[in-house]
Formats: sequence, C-alpha cells, structure tokens
Amino acid sequence: MSYSDDTVRLLEAAGATEGSMVVLETGGRSYRGRLMPHHEFSGPDIVILKMKSGYNVGIKVDSGSKLKVEESPAEPAHREADVEPKKGLPTISLIGTGGTIASYVDYRTGAVHPALSTSDMVNAVPEIRDIANIRAKVLFSIFSENMGPEHWKGMAECIRDEIASGADAVIIPHGTDTMGYTAAALSFMLQGISKPVVLVGAQRSSDRPSSDASTNLMACARFCTEAKKAGVFVIMHDTSGDDSFAVHLGTRVRKMHTSRRDAFRSINATPVAHIDAKGKIDMLSDARDVSDEPVIARTDMEDGVLLLQYFPGMDPETFRPLIMGSKGVVFAGSGLGHVNSSFVPMLREACAKGVVVAMTSQCLNGRVNMNVYDTGRDLLAAGVVPLLDMLPETAYIKLRWVLANTSSPEEGRTMMATPLAGEMGDRREF
Amino acid sequence: MEHKLTCGIEIHQQLDTHKLFCSCESRLSEDGVGSVYRRLRPTTGETGEIDRAALAQFRRNLGYRYQAVPGVSCLVELDEEPPHSADSEALETTLTFSEMMKARTVDEIHFMRKIVVDGSNTSGFQRTALVAMDGSLDVNGKDVSILSICLEEDAARKVEADDAEVTYRLDRLGIPLIEVATGPDMHTPEEVLEVAYRIGTLLRATKRVKRGIGTIREDLNISVPGGARIEIKGVQELRLLPLYVENEMNRQNMLIRIKGILEGRGVKPAEFVCEDVTDLFADCQSKVIQGALSSKGKVLAVRLPGFAGVMNGDEGKLRLGAEMAQRARARGVKGIFHSDELPAYGISGDYVDKLRAHLGMTGENDAFVLCAASAAKAQSALEAAVARANEALIGVPEETRDPLPDGTSKYSRPLPGAARMYPETDVPPIRVTEEHMAEVRENLPELPEETEARLVSTYGINAQQARQLVRQDHADIFERAASVEGMASVAATTFLNTYGELESEGIDITAMSEDSVIGVFTALSEGVFAKEAVPAILREMARTGKDARKAASALGLEAVDEGEAEAVIAKIVSERLDFVRSKGLAAVGPLMGPVMGALRGKLDGKRANDLLVKEINKVL
Repeated sequence: MSYSDDTVRLLEAAGATEGSMVVLETGGRSYRGRLMPHHEFSGPDIVILKMKSGYNVGIKVDSGSKLKVEESPAEPAHREADVEPKKGLPTISLIGTGGTIASYVDYRTGAVHPALSTSDMVNAVPEIRDIANIRAKVLFSIFSENMGPEHWKGMAECIRDEIASGADAVIIPHGTDTMGYTAAALSFMLQGISKPVVLVGAQRSSDRPSSDASTNLMACARFCTEAKKAGVFVIMHDTSGDDSFAVHLGTRVRKMHTSRRDAFRSINATPVAHIDAKGKIDMLSDARDVSDEPVIARTDMEDGVLLLQYFPGMDPETFRPLIMGSKGVVFAGSGLGHVNSSFVPMLREACAKGVVVAMTSQCLNGRVNMNVYDTGRDLLAAGVVPLLDMLPETAYIKLRWVLANTSSPEEGRTMMATPLAGEMGDRREF
Repeated sequence: MEHKLTCGIEIHQQLDTHKLFCSCESRLSEDGVGSVYRRLRPTTGETGEIDRAALAQFRRNLGYRYQAVPGVSCLVELDEEPPHSADSEALETTLTFSEMMKARTVDEIHFMRKIVVDGSNTSGFQRTALVAMDGSLDVNGKDVSILSICLEEDAARKVEADDAEVTYRLDRLGIPLIEVATGPDMHTPEEVLEVAYRIGTLLRATKRVKRGIGTIREDLNISVPGGARIEIKGVQELRLLPLYVENEMNRQNMLIRIKGILEGRGVKPAEFVCEDVTDLFADCQSKVIQGALSSKGKVLAVRLPGFAGVMNGDEGKLRLGAEMAQRARARGVKGIFHSDELPAYGISGDYVDKLRAHLGMTGENDAFVLCAASAAKAQSALEAAVARANEALIGVPEETRDPLPDGTSKYSRPLPGAARMYPETDVPPIRVTEEHMAEVRENLPELPEETEARLVSTYGINAQQARQLVRQDHADIFERAASVEGMASVAATTFLNTYGELESEGIDITAMSEDSVIGVFTALSEGVFAKEAVPAILREMARTGKDARKAASALGLEAVDEGEAEAVIAKIVSERLDFVRSKGLAAVGPLMGPVMGALRGKLDGKRANDLLVKEINKVL
C-alpha cells in the first residue's frame, strides 16, 4: 500500500524525505526518529520512523498530526577502491546479473536493493583477491524470474567478449529461481567453450552475516583457478553447512528446494566436482580441460516453444490451439514418458505439420522409455521424440536453441536426440 | 542530592507459546542431533566498511556448529527457510503486558534484524520488534519508568566451545522473549530487587510465561557518581541482584579511588615496551613459568611506572591487578603476574629483584607485569593488561561484564556500540488498531494485588501470606490446593515454609508435577495421613517420583484408625501410670512427646491430644 494523499501532504509540507530526522507529534505524543521508506504492506496512514535505539516503529498520522524536519538525510558514503592487479594471478571476470546474491540493504533507509556494482560483492569477499585478479561489471540487475532469452543472449556475448579480452574464467552471480535455465541456455549457446563459466547464486542475501554468497563465490574462484576445467557450471552449497560445495554441469542441474542452501542438485548425473571447506577439489566426473580456443557464441533462440507438464484431466482440446500454433513442444510426461492417449491423434497431426514434440519425465529422476507401454509406443509412432534422461527445463531450452539453429523439423528432431552439451546420457549408476 | 547509585534493568522473559517465527514447540531438550557447520561473515555497515574486529575474528576461521532437535527445531532455526508470521499468542501477550505497564503501543510493529555475530543466532541477527514505549510502574509507591517493551527471539544454547568452533543447540533459538527495559530510576540495591520482583510478578500474571531457572534473565546497567555505565548481562538468580549491584558499586568506587591515587602521583599512561626476559627465568621454579618454557613459550614483561600498590593494595581493597588479569585472560592466557603480588607463586624475591634491575626500575612506585605463554599470546595478553592499567587513569571503563555465581562479575567485552539494526524484510509489519487495543484492555489479567486480595478473602489466609504466595509464584498451585476441603491453611504453610525448607535441603521441587502435589492435599483431606506427614511425603515424592499415597505407605506414615491410636496411647499411659496419677491432667503436656513420637504423621496432633486427655481421665 502506498501513502494516503493526506500522509503525502504532511510529509511534503514539512519537506521530509527518506532519511530525514523528524519530530512527529500525533495522538498527544511526540516521536523523534529518521523517516524510513514506506513498507509495501504498511497502512496508508502509517509513517515509519527509525528511533534512536535503531528500532523502526509505525506511527499512525491523522489530520491533527504535526511533522517537523530537524535534519536532512546524510548522503551515503560510497567508496570504490581501485585495486592493482597482482602479477601471476589468473583473471576472473565477474558479471553481475542481479538476484539474492546481489541484494543489499541500505542501512540508512533500510530498503533492500540490488548491489550498485558487482565490485560491492567482491569487497564483501576480499580474500577472493588473494587467488585471482577480479574484473567486475554489472550486466543486469534483475531478479531471475524476470530473465529471458534476450538476457541469455546478452550474457553469452558478454562472456565471449570477456574471454576474448583475456579473462581466464567467468563467474556470473545470478538469481537462483531460473539459474538452471540460464545455465542450460549458456551451455547450448557456448558449446565447446574453452574456459570455465560458472553461475553462482545465494539462498540468503549478501547483507546477512549467514549469507551463502561469499562461501559460494570463494568456491567458484577456487574451481576457476585450480581445476582448469572448461564448460558451463553451477556452483552452490552441497549440504546445509558452509563446508561443502558441488560443481554441477549446466545442463544437468535443477533447483530442488525453495529455500535451502543445498537446493541445487545434479539430476541423473554425478556432479562434476566437490569442493570442501579448505578448498580441496575432488573431480567426480569427466570434464574438458581448458584451452585457448576462441569462444563462439551462437545465441539465437526460437520463439514459440512450449514446456507442458502433463496432468490427469488435461484436455487435448484446451491445448490444441497452443500446440498447433507452436514450433515445438516439450512434455514433462508421466512416468516413463506418457500423456493421456487422447492426445495421440492431435500430436500426430502436430508432428506431421512440422511441430517438434519431445518427451521428458516429470519424475525428473530416471530416463523416459516409451517402448514399454501402448501409449508410449503410440506416441513414438506419432512422431514424438524421447529425450532419455534430459531434464524438462533443459529440453525446453535446447529445443528453442535447436529450432533456431537448424533448417528443418526433421533435422531438429535428430539434433534433439543427440547430446550436445552433456544434457543427456544413457547410463545412470545406482 | 546526588544518588550513590543509578541503575536500570532489562528483563528478558521467555513466553510459554510456540516459537516466535515457526510452529515448533518452545522447550529445551537434551537430544541434539547432527552438526551443521556454518560461518558468519561480518557484513558491510552503513558506511560501506566492515567492522575490523569482526573481520579479524572471521579470518581466524572461527566456525559454528548447530545441533538440530527433533520437534523443537525446523528449517527456520537452521536459517534454511524464511521466518513465518510472528506467533499470535506471543504477540497478544506482549500487547497485554504493554497495557499493564501503561505503555504506548506503536501503531504498526516492525520486526528488525539486530546483528549478532557470535554464532548464537544461525542467521547472524536476532529478530526483535519494539512493541511499546513510555510506560510506568508503581513499585512500593515509587514511579519507575518503562522505556521500552520489545518482543524478540531467544538465542541458541551454547553446548561446547574450543579454539576453532563453538557448538550450539537450536532448541532455545526462536523461543519468544518479552524484553522490558526500565529507566535508570533505581538508587539502592534493594530497590533493584523490588523492581525486578514486581516486573516478574506482572509478567507471570499474563499466565503465558515460562517458569523455572533460565526462563527469566536480567541485565543490569549500573553506575556510581564519577563511574561509568557498566552492563552486567544475563543474571538468572533474582535474589542475587542486590549483591551484584553492591559489588559493582564497590568495584567502581574502588576504581575511582585508584584514579585519585594515580593522579596524586602524577602517573602518565605506561608505554607498552615489551621485554623478553625468558633467560632471566630459565631456572625459575614457578609451575606456570616452567610450563610455558617447556612448550617453547616466552616470559615477557612490561614496566608500569607509578602503578605500585594499586594492583593489589590496601589489604586487598585495591584490585586493579584482577581487572588487568581478566582482560589478559580474554586473550587466551591462563593469567599474568604483577609486582604487587610477588614474590609468590614460586617466583622468589631473587627473581623479582633481577627483573626490577633488568627493567631499570628505580622509581618508588614502579611496577611491572609479566606473562609466560607462547610469544604471540603473551604479547597480546600484556597489551590488554597494560591497556587496562592505563584506563585506570580515566577511572571506570565502560564495559559488559558476566555475572559469576558468587555475586561478583568478570570482564566480558567492551560495551557494544549502537546496535546495527535493519528491517526484517521477511516478516510483514503488523498493524495494531485501536479496536484491538480496546479488546486487550477489556481482557487484562488479574493484577498481582488483586490476586492477593482475593486469596485473603476467599481462603482466609493473611495478607503477608498472600503477598508471598504471589511473589514466589505459588498462587496458582495454592489456589488449587486450597480448594480442597479444609486445606487452605496447610497449603499456605506448605508452599511458603515447607517448600523453602525442602529447597534448602537441595530437593528439586519442580521435579513434582502440579497434579501430584495436589494429590498430597486430596489424600490429606481424606485422612490418609496427618498434616505433620506432609514434608516427609513431599521429600519422598521428589526423591522417588511416587504419588502421595504410595509415598505415605513407603514411609509407614499412613494414618492409624481411632481404635489403633487409642491402643497406642493407652499403652503409653499404662507404662507411666504412677506419673499420670501423681500429675493428673498436667501429665498431658509431658506425655504428648512420646505419643507424637509414636503417631507423628499418622494422626493429627490435635486429635492425639484429645485422645490422650480421654485416656488419662479414664485412669484417674
């Protein structure tokens, strides 16, 4: 809720702005404190003051209230120290995109806002400069739910340019909600990349002493400088504690918990590596070695691709216009890769029309196998492409990329069934 | 008139509700499981700078481990899930208490994050909200101001600690606390106790607070004229409050006296010139020094010109040395030696003389301090000790102190600066409307004085008894006991006297459930045993966990029937027939002794008396 007109008038008449030291007289009492930003859920007639004790309190104002400004807000000091690069250390480029990892609180007003610069983030982990020279820049400052193809494109191009201009690795702090999608998108756009690109997030914002941002960032820097492995990765906590980190392949990782630090999990694959509290790196699965090959970014993404989760009671007629009007559809089907058999005729029609329809499983764990039951066989006969153990979200990203980088639906179907960036496999160990 | 003491108190009382920001139960448990490792990183402050001391601590790699407790902690305590809405019962209790304090409730409650990086909060901050301000409290006719009433979450419990890690258990984290802060209005140690009792009684009147040791904790802010504000944090024993206050007054006055002495001598702050005197002490017999040297440590010494006689002087009344030692110990050494206490502790006069000569001590009041430990630790400890000595020139340094069980306190840390607080953005603000507060006012609990008056009029006990029952938190159980036919008087005696006696014997009264204690009175009113048996039965119940009847039977204290009693008395009388015949009814008094000896706890005293009179009349 925003302020009521009366409240706005009271504040404006006194010339009070956020951070002003004010004396408010209302309801027969007098309060002295700094004016704080209005909270989204505060009443329209509530003025929030920070008292001398540091506490914020909401005070109701009415037509009889009087407000006087005693002192204008102090300008926040903002210092950006230039740091001399150290000889002999690798260079890591840090590209800020926003999200919890870059959320900061303004102690003066109490408002939470995105970091002004990615170097703010470096300053919060000064020890990172002991192992690498850091080049920091802010590319975006948005929450990850607002990320989309144009942002993935921007990131891929920025990574290419950073490596072209000498970066040995790129770390991208990112909001966690859609970090898995971005990781997949970059994996396809930057196939065969010669350096490590690591996405990293935080489940607790950086302004909290308990934030996982700094330990995650440190783990990233260690992996970038010591492991010498190329590819697109995600690094986050591997357990609830600050002493265990996992390196996930960008096409295999998924956010599996709304709030825990160890929310990110490799699905159907072993993580690439594990990093412990002291920074020791254990490689758990194969990864390419770094090289000096130039980076090629193929950033086109097709629009008109759907990701549909099958559910009992799903009516083909409701989805017909969407599916028939699309260029491609990924289903997160039930079990081994099924949808209600009533979908079969429509999907046969769609495939014949040139829509690429692909099947993954909403079970997430395990591969689809559409040869086991009748419906699966009928879907295969209709032209649906089974995607083995690929994550539905990765499949959706891949389909967008594939359709933008192939010339026919047939080629697209073939490419969907071919591993490009480690996104699917045919072996899952027990 | 200047007061000899200025004191304010802050009381933290646990509430008996669910936890403040999740639906876990609020209880302690001995079943900690798992061990989640965490670090807390100092965050940048308002000016964009990181607190250097906090960063230094972080770089020392101090880590924290947390034990979860099934049923009592969840992802919220582990800082793995955002807080839920504030517990409504805890909030209502705080509003009720604020109204009882005649405080002005804020119109919208905003929870804040108060930065705490000692690991006791998994998040690195304590969630706390200012609910009301500007209240007042009448204590024995005197007006005490109430500055603030806050609702906040309790911290995790420290289980163990070593140099690298501190382990906490999450059971206590998140238990709601009401924090009440008074103005600096108390001027005698007794007044402090009275105010604390009064606030405690009012908190209990809400019927929503936890009871027992550790559920209420007091912080004292104490200063004397010419002294400084000293905070003694976390006193759990209410009755010790006056002692803490008195000892702190004495300590501050002692420091003021030392300041005067040093001023009189024209003493200047001692320079920190640390001398390695290890060679001098190579053959010294002192166990401390030998221990340090055998583990490749050093003996370091610093000269303190002008400080002789104040570190330990005037027959132990001047004790700056103890203050210096506390600071030194905070840096990880076992202790220091200073010249006022030497020769002693295995350091003979020869060594003292050698050291004085080595340090070039010539002045009349020249002193020294020395420390034997690893070079780095010894130097750090001596720095702290010398800094503390120099602070004596200013008088009383502001600091936070830990209460010790003997009523004294020890240095804990410098007084914290203004708390770093910022909004808890995960908890929406809570509107407190006029209508809501009107409802709270309508439903205020019975005030302690009202309870006292009711106890007097309903149960016929005297005002003094009623007052003590309320103050000692026995009013509820007394009422239940006194409601049993004919039990009011014996109930009052039991809770006011017997309980005290049992406690002084070291018996844990709280081990018995309220229901089982009430069982004593029901059994008593049914004549299962006599009232004289009550203390012994309670003792047995607390010891064995038996109920009242089983305890009576185990002790052989079951009441005898009239016939049996008559037979016992007849036997006693017949054995003393000559005495009875010579004394007549005057024999009743002397014979009550053997009678009660045989029948104590089995027969009411008055009834025994009646039967004895009857029996004597029979033989006369």
